[in-house]
Amino acid sequence: MLKTTPLNQTHRNQNAKMVDFGGWDMPLHYGSQLDEHHKVRSDAGMFDVSHMLAVDIKGDSARPFLRQLLANNVDKLTQSGKALYSCMLSPQGGVIDDLITYYLTESWFRIVVNAGTADKDIAWIQARRDDLAPDLEITPRRDLAMIAVQGPNARAKVWQVIAGSQTATEDLKLFQAVTYDQYFIARTGYTGEDGFEILLPAADAPNFWNALCAAGVAPAGLGARDTLRLEAGMNLYGQDMDETTNPLESGLAWTVDLKSERDFIGKQALLENPARQQLIGLLLLDRGVLRSHQKIVTQYDNKEGEITSGGFSPTLNLSIALARLPSEVSPGDEVQVVVRDKMLRAKVVKYPFVRNGKSLI
Amino acid sequence: MDIPTNLKYTKSHEWVRLEDDGTATIGITQHAQELLGDMVFAEIPKVGRNLKQGEECAVVESVKAAADVYAPISGEVISINTELESAPEKINQDAYAAWLFKLKPANTSDLDGLMDAGSYQKVLESEAH
Repeated sequence: MLKTTPLNQTHRNQNAKMVDFGGWDMPLHYGSQLDEHHKVRSDAGMFDVSHMLAVDIKGDSARPFLRQLLANNVDKLTQSGKALYSCMLSPQGGVIDDLITYYLTESWFRIVVNAGTADKDIAWIQARRDDLAPDLEITPRRDLAMIAVQGPNARAKVWQVIAGSQTATEDLKLFQAVTYDQYFIARTGYTGEDGFEILLPAADAPNFWNALCAAGVAPAGLGARDTLRLEAGMNLYGQDMDETTNPLESGLAWTVDLKSERDFIGKQALLENPARQQLIGLLLLDRGVLRSHQKIVTQYDNKEGEITSGGFSPTLNLSIALARLPSEVSPGDEVQVVVRDKMLRAKVVKYPFVRNGKSLI
Repeated sequence: MDIPTNLKYTKSHEWVRLEDDGTATIGITQHAQELLGDMVFAEIPKVGRNLKQGEECAVVESVKAAADVYAPISGEVISINTELESAPEKINQDAYAAWLFKLKPANTSDLDGLMDAGSYQKVLESEAH
């Protein structure tokens, strides 16, 4: 039996093509994945991301606990509503999950974790809580739905739908959230466009979705979500990193605080294992489509690499990828990708590929 | 879903049209394009290549996945639809108009083993269950 979000029937009413996504019955697209992609880049689209899980962490030791639990430093969070992207590492330095932490008060932090890892995350966090901070309350919030509204016109359309929300949210900076009425509104996303991710009571989600639809926000499925995040150069857990890879070899060094004195789970392992590989971008020069797990041959002693996420970029109209390659490789190099029985040429580039509707290539 | 009655079909969702001049035109079905979603790439066999029935001979790729196309009958490739190289979305727009390639059949009897529209319809119904 697949798990369903509070919007399952709403998607079906909109003729979504539904797929099994890690045990969840989710919309892949509502007709055309490409149209949905372009709508987000040019106007506004929305995604049901209620399969992801918000977890409230409450108690006086919330901050010291997260300081140890996460690879990024929650001491960067000094203003209520501020958010921080971080990995949660195993003692071996592997990535258990990537997540966003919101600082609400000194005794209330909220994290949002991936769907496929949620059960594992909760078990891990509870076990660490029992060791480090037994007084903390860890509360999974399956009572909340989550809708991401993304695109250059996303915020304005949310303001039309939630009366009075403009005043409350127009000064929000990126990675900042505020509670307004029954909504928890964060200026975050997974597309490289402006917009909000909004948590709200599950029962209210269908009406809110339909109101956004009436305001001209296009429903968009997991297919477009994946091409948008790939263009935006954002990692996907389980593809670009997992428990067998460390964040320094996954393009996530910027999220790991190794400079401060602070100790955190996985720090020692990272210090003992300098990165030998890197996550970097590829543009396909020949015709074809790059896909995850395709092998790559480099000019450096024929050292190999592998595509972690690949696909067709609707904005650039060519195929792009994130790839794990030896550290010697640098932007501008040409590599060979093994695609079926052919070797295709690809150019190594820095990512992101697209931001705010514009090509960065 | 309308399945044209003037075509022959395979279980792997190719269609074949026998032309008046004895050549055969080949594409993928409406059902196949629906499963794959928005097409972004098509790799079509070269003119002159001799194909054996059942051989992997082309690849169509959508935003979602790559799919092999199998030769429905044996024969020599005599023409390819080059338009699909720049506009693979034609397959989504009309799968029965956006042909991939034309063959000169090696044995016209190969066609007898293919399905008619009614049998193909039954295959689709059984896949849906």
